[in-house]
Amino acid sequence: MFKSIAVRVSQGTQYIPDPRKADPVGFRGKPVIGAGDCAAGCDACVASCPTAAITLDPVAIDLGRCVLCGDCEPACPGGRISFTNDFRLAATDRRALVVSQPRPDVDPIEVSAALRKRFGRSLKLRSVSAGGCNGCELEVNALTNVNFDIGRYGIDIVASPRHADGLVLTGAITRNMVEALQLCWDGMPDPKLVIAVGACAISGSPFEGSTALDRGFLDRFAPTLYVPGCPPHPLTFVCGVLDVLGIPS
Amino acid sequence: MGLVEPVVIAATHELPPAGLAEWAGACAQALDAGDRLVTLFGRPDADGAVITTAVLQGHDGRMTVSRGRASRHEAYPSLTAGHPAAQMFERELWEQTGLEPAGHPWLKPVRYEGARQQRIREHPFFAVRGPEVHEVGVGPIHASVIEPGHFRFMCHGEVVHHLEIQLGYQHRGIEALLLQRPPLALASSIESIAGDTSIAYAWGYCAAVEALSGTPVGVEVELVRAAALELERVAMHLAALTGLATDIAFLQGGATYGRLRTAIINATMRVCGSRFGRGWLRPGGVRAGLTSALRQDLLATLASFSKDFAQVNDLMLSARSVRSRFVGVGALSRKAAHDIGLTGLAARASGVVVDTRTSLAGRLYGAHPVALLTEEGGDCWARMALRMREIDESLRWLRQVLEAPALDLVCGEPLPVKTLQPDTLCVSVREGFRGPVVQALETGADGRLIHYKVQDPSLLNWFGLALALRDNEISDFPICNKSFDLSYCGNDL
Repeated sequence: MFKSIAVRVSQGTQYIPDPRKADPVGFRGKPVIGAGDCAAGCDACVASCPTAAITLDPVAIDLGRCVLCGDCEPACPGGRISFTNDFRLAATDRRALVVSQPRPDVDPIEVSAALRKRFGRSLKLRSVSAGGCNGCELEVNALTNVNFDIGRYGIDIVASPRHADGLVLTGAITRNMVEALQLCWDGMPDPKLVIAVGACAISGSPFEGSTALDRGFLDRFAPTLYVPGCPPHPLTFVCGVLDVLGIPS
Repeated sequence: MGLVEPVVIAATHELPPAGLAEWAGACAQALDAGDRLVTLFGRPDADGAVITTAVLQGHDGRMTVSRGRASRHEAYPSLTAGHPAAQMFERELWEQTGLEPAGHPWLKPVRYEGARQQRIREHPFFAVRGPEVHEVGVGPIHASVIEPGHFRFMCHGEVVHHLEIQLGYQHRGIEALLLQRPPLALASSIESIAGDTSIAYAWGYCAAVEALSGTPVGVEVELVRAAALELERVAMHLAALTGLATDIAFLQGGATYGRLRTAIINATMRVCGSRFGRGWLRPGGVRAGLTSALRQDLLATLASFSKDFAQVNDLMLSARSVRSRFVGVGALSRKAAHDIGLTGLAARASGVVVDTRTSLAGRLYGAHPVALLTEEGGDCWARMALRMREIDESLRWLRQVLEAPALDLVCGEPLPVKTLQPDTLCVSVREGFRGPVVQALETGADGRLIHYKVQDPSLLNWFGLALALRDNEISDFPICNKSFDLSYCGNDL
């Protein structure tokens, strides 16, 4: 009893009061492409990128493909690429994830009135890992810990697809998981939505070119929310969901 | 025991392949003599032939490589009957190359790769027969946020007679992909093979390409990588402790270990930008050295962590509910653990004295040793208690390195890594939090990779979980599974 009280006292208050205003020190988040011109013919950043997330003229980084590894930063001879700890990277539109010097930010998420009405007070999510590496899965798990505590916003991870309003999809979708993923989705009652978490789920880029993937599921069911990263910071997920549902923090 | 480096490298012409039966016979002889099988695998060769490779570790710690050459679909007498530790390797060899270990009692696909991807539902489960026997199938999708895998329990009444674990759902074809990309640009791919143990994988990969290219990285680089590995070990053991506490509804433990893990991975992020250490290690060096400010930051984090960690451990270990739930549950004897070739933490919790940080200490752990810890019980309690003790040992090691003023850990830019030596095989081993991560890279005549074999400790340890569950109940499965804390994607590749 006394030990339990002592542990409780040490635990103190751990939740992040306002996730939108959090400051994750050191996090390699949103890439920033500085002003200036590239040297003629230079493609060092493109060559350094392991997931073909960078295109030229102008230099643009697709956060749906980017694994935030930072390999391009030292590769650029002009020092034009850097990273900030901005974690507000989620988007409802796949194209909004492409950042460049003229378009430096991911488009802000617009609140969906329909989703807000339906799920604004309660959103139950079922997680399926279909070829994840346990990075995204651990970060999805972290959403419910005492720090991120999404339960306070009425958002929960549930065990049964029957209880779920949405699918949290991680992994690049392996052929061996196609059937189980579809069964789980079919088991979820309408209306339902898909949240694609991590570069694997969004674009499959870390494992692109593998014959062991079958991403057809995403052709049939487009995600409502894209949460980029490798793995995404839990704050990217939390704020993305709060934004699309219009939940104050 | 000398300070054997955790890397072996040899020109392939120095490893002339024997005939398949001769090679298998030599492997059996070494195993009879008490050698440990580090890895065993095959790759396709010209004319439809197959080159097999076995790496064995002798009593002196040294690793030796032996190779065989076989024609397509050739059979050889299975090693498994005499040495169960070979069972998973031979299954994988059969699945990946078609060579047949004749007399293997359990010849089934490991992960349903290639053409077998269409047939994962056809898995030939072991059958327990009898009028009152029933089977329970769970998965691939499970109730919590966890990777997919199928578990088939064969029960008589409440008692589980056998558990069969069928994996492959996470198979992404990583070994084939690694050959499609430039060999020096694989770091981020390697980091997501099993993304909760990225540092162990990245370090093993870096060490291999550095050996293959003759890049002389400094001891300060190796120290920073080892510090990264211990931070990863602390964080992932905490993840398991969180799960163990939560699975028995010991909520205060779950909440506290979860919070303590956040403190460690956020400290990792302040050093390298990622809570999982992604992007920290690169061939030729590290992208983030430890400046004195970062050392102070880490030391302060560890100091406040240690105090609270000891407090919550005391609460866990002295709670009667925890003891009654974990003691004697999921017990695996030392003999069984040894016979099936169990590795890493799970083996040490059954009293098997194995840790490649000791047996393959090299110059790094030779100068900065890590204590090899074991428990005797082999049950869920032992695996929980050993995680706590290993965290304490990692903290001690980290403090000792970070506090030593004579050690310069700043590190410069990574050294340029030149082309890889042609026709060379390199095997590297790093002791991740689950056990040894083994990576074998072979270059061809042009210095490009012709084979990249990846082996997660989970490949061997899943069978340990299956054995541990015998004579327990299905309700014991979640805590047994969490106490092993194995990787699905590391098995499935």
